[in-house]
Amino acid sequence: MNISTEISDRKMKQRLLKDKIFTNVMIFLAFLSGVPLFLILYQLAVKGYRQFNISFFFEEAPDTMEAMIAVANNEVIPGGIANGIVGTLIIVGMASLIAIPIGIICGTYLAENAEGKFAGLVRFIVDMLQGVPSIVLGVIGYIWIVKPVTNGFSALAGSVALSIMMLPSIVRSTEETLKMIPGTLKEAALSLGVPYHKVILKVILPTGISGILTGVILGISRIAGETAPLMLTALGSTVINTNITEPSSAVPLLVWEFYNDPNLVNMIWSASLFLLLLILGLNLSAKAIARKWKVQY
Amino acid sequence: MESTILKLEQMPTEQKYKEKVVIKNPIEQIESPVLKIEDLSVSYGGDKYAIQNVSAGIAKNKITAIMGPSGCGKSTLLRAINRMHELYPNTHNKGGVYLGDENIYELNPIQLRRKIGMVFQRPNPFPTMSIYDNVIAGFNLNGIKLKRSEKDEIVEKSLREVALWDEVKDALHNRGTFLSGGQQQRLCIARALAYTPDIILLDEPTSALDPIATSKIEDLLVKLKKDFTIVLVTHNMSQAARISDYSMFMYLGELVEYGKTRQMFTTPKDKRTEEYLTGKFG
Ligand SMILES: Nc1ncnc2c1ncn2[C@@H]1O[C@H](COP(=O)(O)OP(=O)(O)O)[C@@H](O)[C@H]1O
Ligand SMILES: [Mg+2]
Repeated sequence: MNISTEISDRKMKQRLLKDKIFTNVMIFLAFLSGVPLFLILYQLAVKGYRQFNISFFFEEAPDTMEAMIAVANNEVIPGGIANGIVGTLIIVGMASLIAIPIGIICGTYLAENAEGKFAGLVRFIVDMLQGVPSIVLGVIGYIWIVKPVTNGFSALAGSVALSIMMLPSIVRSTEETLKMIPGTLKEAALSLGVPYHKVILKVILPTGISGILTGVILGISRIAGETAPLMLTALGSTVINTNITEPSSAVPLLVWEFYNDPNLVNMIWSASLFLLLLILGLNLSAKAIARKWKVQY
Repeated sequence: MESTILKLEQMPTEQKYKEKVVIKNPIEQIESPVLKIEDLSVSYGGDKYAIQNVSAGIAKNKITAIMGPSGCGKSTLLRAINRMHELYPNTHNKGGVYLGDENIYELNPIQLRRKIGMVFQRPNPFPTMSIYDNVIAGFNLNGIKLKRSEKDEIVEKSLREVALWDEVKDALHNRGTFLSGGQQQRLCIARALAYTPDIILLDEPTSALDPIATSKIEDLLVKLKKDFTIVLVTHNMSQAARISDYSMFMYLGELVEYGKTRQMFTTPKDKRTEEYLTGKFG
């Protein structure tokens, strides 16, 4: 109508344009941060797909001679990573058996005694633990288990090292989840005369199940790809080994071994792809559980 | 807290009513009470008391309302009756509460809470449990084994008592948290009833509910007093007037006045009660 509204109209248009540009830049940057993951997946798939066959999952890693002959004849390297898969399952499984109960108990304690001095100390230690380099945990596994307990490298030692590594994620997710649960729920149970330990076990923990499970799965996905601590503990093995007091292979250890053997170098891609898919799968399932099992209160 | 106490002491009413109306032996006001509160003081820590020297008998099969402005200690008094206040770590109390001849502070809190159930301000059904399991949660969580038929019977009876049966009988195995607020609160009452306590304590059970849900619960409480003794905290005076038989008026941690509801609303004995009832504060 008059000049001032016209000017503000123009300003308005400018602002809207800026807004649009800003939004698009943000979308672009967000997209950019996803690019490396897709590039990696693409790279691994292109180079590793030929190796992805049935024997890849069910046969032990080939020795260097077999691989050399196959490469020379331009054939797919025979064998697979079954020793690594079995080793990873056993080592990660045992690490979970150790870390899950301890982590949940610890996180529950922290949530229930938020203010206490001892809780503060525990919280501090857990935070420190989160920052301990994984190779140091390998050293711990070596000192605690390899030398005194199994008298040599062992899957058990690897599990102990990895269990320490997954502990912080379980503790913190349990604590955070339980803190969100309204106190009225605990009151409801206590007012029915339910003893405290049963209130925790039967009411509070089940209510927090989705958050706790999410933390557990993220913890597992964090350790499943660890190599360094296993080098000092589980060491590696060319055959499938189910005895936990003996050295054992693991998928990330195999990747390292393949890297060190020029004849086996082509196996790196498929083994890495397997590891990456495993971890992606774990992360996706953590998300799905967080959504599906969410308890409404 | 201290400043409010000072304010009370400076209150002009206090001077006008120099002879403060002391309730003469408030326990004996009630004939054969089921519950006797004797000179009870409760502190959340230190030497400040949230309620002080409260004495009152609770009449069997009646509704007793506890009224008073926010922060006056209604919830504290109620929770002291089934020892829920002990949830806070530094509580201590003086005086006693007697259920029959037993001092509840000498009972095991777990046994005590079987006899004195509680319903809270916000409906709090167990979110992981179905409606059915919520009703028998007291048994399940305490590891009390029941036959299927016994469970069915308890669930139906309790849900009928809270007039929820017809609304949920086809959805017994759905989660309780999908019900409306009013239904959830009735479910919580059913959960307390299922355990067949002698006394049910309710702490502002309708303050989170709409008027229709509120009136349903009020009707329900009036019906339930046939089988249970009910103690109801409310800061809604008209609610107390509508459904309670006896009323307590609390102010700054003190039981100012206690008597028949009708009498208290028509001829309050204490100036502070009168001021509260006429809306001068609260
Ligand atoms: N957990 C607690 N810790 C410390 N003080 C508390 C706690 N709960 C209540 N109080 C105090 O006790 C007094 C009475 O509170 P409450 O019984 O909740 O009053 P009402 O239910 O009448 O609103 C208040 O001064 C309140 O601040
Ligand atoms: Mg209250």
